[in-house]
Amino acid sequence: MAAVAEQTTVIGLRPAVAGRNPWALAWRRLRRNRVALAALGVFLLIVLLSLAAPLYAHDIAHDGNVLSPNLNGTTLVNGKVTAVMQQGGGVLKLGEAPIGPTLDVRHYFLGADGIGRDVAALLLYGGRASLQIGVTSAVLCCVVATLIALIAGFFGGLIDTILSRVMDIVWAFPAYLLAICLATVLLTKSTGIQIAFLHVRAASLWTPTVIIGLIYVPYVYRPVRGQVLSVVNKEFVEAAIAQGASNVRLIFSEILPNVVSTVIVLLPLMIATTILTEAALSFLSVGVQPPNVSWGTIINNGQQLLYTRPWVSIAPGIMIVLTVLSLNVLGDGVRDALDPRAKLRVG
Amino acid sequence: MLTFVVRRTLWTVVVMFVITVVVFVIFFKTPGVDPARAIAGRNPSPQVLAEIRAQLGLNRPLYVQYGVMMKKIFITRDLVSYSNQGTRVVQEIFAAVPATLSLVFGAALIWIVMAILMGVAAAQLRGRIWDPALMVLALVGVSAPVFWLGQVVNLITQGKLHSSVFSWLPPLGYTSFTTNPVIWFEGLIFPWITLSILYIGFYARVLRANLLEVQTEDYVRTARAKGLSERRVLMRHTLRTSMITFVSLFGLDFGALVGGGAILTEVVFGIHGVGFLTYESLTNLDLPVIIAVVIYGAFFIVLANALVDIAYAWLDPRVRPT
Repeated sequence: MAAVAEQTTVIGLRPAVAGRNPWALAWRRLRRNRVALAALGVFLLIVLLSLAAPLYAHDIAHDGNVLSPNLNGTTLVNGKVTAVMQQGGGVLKLGEAPIGPTLDVRHYFLGADGIGRDVAALLLYGGRASLQIGVTSAVLCCVVATLIALIAGFFGGLIDTILSRVMDIVWAFPAYLLAICLATVLLTKSTGIQIAFLHVRAASLWTPTVIIGLIYVPYVYRPVRGQVLSVVNKEFVEAAIAQGASNVRLIFSEILPNVVSTVIVLLPLMIATTILTEAALSFLSVGVQPPNVSWGTIINNGQQLLYTRPWVSIAPGIMIVLTVLSLNVLGDGVRDALDPRAKLRVG
Repeated sequence: MLTFVVRRTLWTVVVMFVITVVVFVIFFKTPGVDPARAIAGRNPSPQVLAEIRAQLGLNRPLYVQYGVMMKKIFITRDLVSYSNQGTRVVQEIFAAVPATLSLVFGAALIWIVMAILMGVAAAQLRGRIWDPALMVLALVGVSAPVFWLGQVVNLITQGKLHSSVFSWLPPLGYTSFTTNPVIWFEGLIFPWITLSILYIGFYARVLRANLLEVQTEDYVRTARAKGLSERRVLMRHTLRTSMITFVSLFGLDFGALVGGGAILTEVVFGIHGVGFLTYESLTNLDLPVIIAVVIYGAFFIVLANALVDIAYAWLDPRVRPT
């Protein structure tokens, strides 16, 4: 549609009726889709909750840090001072057990984890890490994949063959195993990695972000390259070539605007995938590293407390399901809005 | 067809070779990482480090190091673990394969049957409340992390209800079929269901979309026009065509699960398969095991992909490049 608008202005004709641009049309279609809007609302609510983490956590901060262990701490339950780690708790009445849910919205709402930290606070701060890694790695993945697809599709020939074969090989590599490989090696070097002037600590959130972003590049590359190939020989590109446009201009002003909707359709689905991958890697202890927490690491810590304090594991799982479900529903809605005439496809 | 098979096989070999090189480079040539120290596990003594360097030829040229590693993995199969008192890694992996296969085969059976039922039901009930209801259910299944689902299942079946409703259920873990088929089955039934939920959701969505797409084709209209019953149109025409996508997806997912993808389910249910072995090695950073699992797992997946492609070309001549 952008192509048509481009052509009419080139020839100097104005459309008889002032048209709406395709993005406005897509937004209007998305606005009519109540289910997708509700999903967007749920996702934004989760983001807001995570951003508001300090509002809940300021009250329970100990040592100035809610993420550090609190084995000897106390909290208030019904106005009484109570130890966070209780002697003789649990089923067997032996040893120490963390406090259960207090259902007090100020502290230990969902109880404590194995080292006395407030589960609700972990959930909010963990949400920050999970969302940050999920969104950043999905964006990174889409940007890298689109750039490679533009270069491959535009230049074609040998460049296309080489880039596509490289992508095929990454594709053939099982995604989780590749991520596990990279993460293990980076984690064995505790001092971090020096890439040119950039120094990345091993425990930094950037380690899982970059790993997850890169392993999914071929999954975005394939559809985007197909889209580039279908656009690259259109008349408006030839017109731009006739005007003497440079390659950079052709790629970024003529072709990119016509493939960007494909990328936008893929983005919510990619965020859903990267959030699930981050959770899985963190659960296997090769994702987010202490002192950081994410939903995946909380579920991992909750594994030992599953039968005594089930909420430690259950709550972050519910957050993941809600986030990923809302993104999947939103992704379906965005696809319908941007590409209404498309044949039924699978998201 | 023969040219296609030959070309596809050659490409498979190339991909396998590149995978071994990539894994080798990741583990042995990451800047600033000493491979001997990484392989030795936690807190190695200088003697152990020297021994590793000698055994893997780490002081020799790069291609010799690569060759020694590949020989130890594929030919002599005497790659040993250093953090685990010299256990032979390749043998350990192969011993774990039956557990993984048991898990994946059972789950695959469940997800094929359930996905076909759900997909067909949703497509046939289009326009009624059941279609979106089934699809939302499928989407929830796709959105739930499998390890968390496993914990929820454990909490229900191994927690408070274990003394009443689920008293027949053996404790978590894997019993081989040859030891006791009944306990093998009982112990695997919930892992099967848990693992299959994600795939039921995904395949049901794919199948529904495919069925609806095929319904507008000319040959389906012809079938209806010549008076075939709705059931016959579904069984002989629409479902049959939709199965092509279904089967090729199945080959890929099955390969990925056997090649290491079942790791999360195995960890949650304590099933000592290849995935569990990988997990244990991750927790003590036992690199030889991880290297071998990744290479064998990737090989299996690449092989499965190649077989799927060849089967696909055989079934559908349109995709055969000449």
